[in-house]
Amino acid sequence: MVSIQTVLRWLDEVADPEIPVLSITDLGIVRDVRYVGEALEVALTPTYSGCPATSVIRADVLRALREHGVENARVAVQLAPAWTTDWLSKRGRERLREFGIAPPHAALALGPVVLAVRCPRCSSDVTHEQSRFGSTPCKALYRCDACGEPFDYMKPH
Amino acid sequence: MTTPFLDARAQYVLRLADNALVLAQRLCAWIGHAPVMEEDVALANVSLDLLGQARLWLAYAGELEGAGRDEDALAYHRDVREFRNVLLVERPNGDFAATTVRGYLYDLWAHFALSELARSKDDRIAGIAQKALKENAYHLRRSEDWLVRLGDGTQESRERTQRAVNDLWRYTGELFLGDDVDALMQSRGIGFSPEALLDPWLERVRESFSTATLEVPADAWMQRGGKQGVHTEALGYVLAEMQVLPRAMPEATW
Ligand SMILES: [Zn+2]
Repeated sequence: MVSIQTVLRWLDEVADPEIPVLSITDLGIVRDVRYVGEALEVALTPTYSGCPATSVIRADVLRALREHGVENARVAVQLAPAWTTDWLSKRGRERLREFGIAPPHAALALGPVVLAVRCPRCSSDVTHEQSRFGSTPCKALYRCDACGEPFDYMKPH
Repeated sequence: MTTPFLDARAQYVLRLADNALVLAQRLCAWIGHAPVMEEDVALANVSLDLLGQARLWLAYAGELEGAGRDEDALAYHRDVREFRNVLLVERPNGDFAATTVRGYLYDLWAHFALSELARSKDDRIAGIAQKALKENAYHLRRSEDWLVRLGDGTQESRERTQRAVNDLWRYTGELFLGDDVDALMQSRGIGFSPEALLDPWLERVRESFSTATLEVPADAWMQRGGKQGVHTEALGYVLAEMQVLPRAMPEATW
């Protein structure tokens, strides 16, 4: 049987379909990899309940495992504890910024205090929210007052 | 007559599912029609969150029922009388003010309801509720913001918003009205007392309405029945649109 470490390395090459610079491990949605009898089981947690990427990710995971010769595999959905953007890896946050998406503040910051969102292009903190919901449920639409560019902000969740 | 435990739990979960499903369906009708682009996107996203929640609840309701119905069978192949959503969510979209007020009244109730369910002794219910609660926080912030902007806005936006409040208020009573299913679920530590949510809900409504310069309607006759499957005629139209394709072509796939 293939080691769990090896499987995790393979999973680190499976891209998030919506933000392909992130792997699903960067995103923090791989919650567990285990053997149940002979079968390899990968536990994934959805980012948002209605995230349309969830079924694509499931298929991509099974395909990646098949390509590495693992046929006896399945994906389990694990809801609790609920996914939080705090599980994004450090590398994932860096990749988001390079991709032009401002990485999320800590989810603990969800209170009434509004933290500045840094422009991923010019690093200015003078930005403003244009819409709380952006191109997908996980993002808000911002605009930078310094460079004038609109950008996505991945919301703390 | 007492309701058997498992039936009651399936009913209970089905109610949660149908609230999310019907509101999701209502909101997606705004796509392409919202007053500004950002709101078009926002309403679509809220709808998508609710649809995701509905799918999780429906799948569980189907398992509890044990009759082999999956989420699709429950969404597409039930008639009006079998739906268990509260009447509030089936009310027509009306104008942007009406949709905002309906959203606010529901989101705020859902905030309190999901907070309770997040502590349910039923792990599956608790898991779905914890997930939904995080999504609800964004929905509520948005609907509350708009409530204040519209209420404390122009004379016309205020009038329309107050009219929406007056129209929808009679559908809020049902949110806080328990029946034998609620009582059984509460006694098992699975559910909560709907009545107990009224005071905190009303307190927050008074605060928001005050900021929005809106008036809280006087106590009035409250409509009820949705949770037991007795709906307003509005639901028939929602379901007709939602169910037409799978009913006409049961084998259709993407
Ligand atoms: Zn900038």
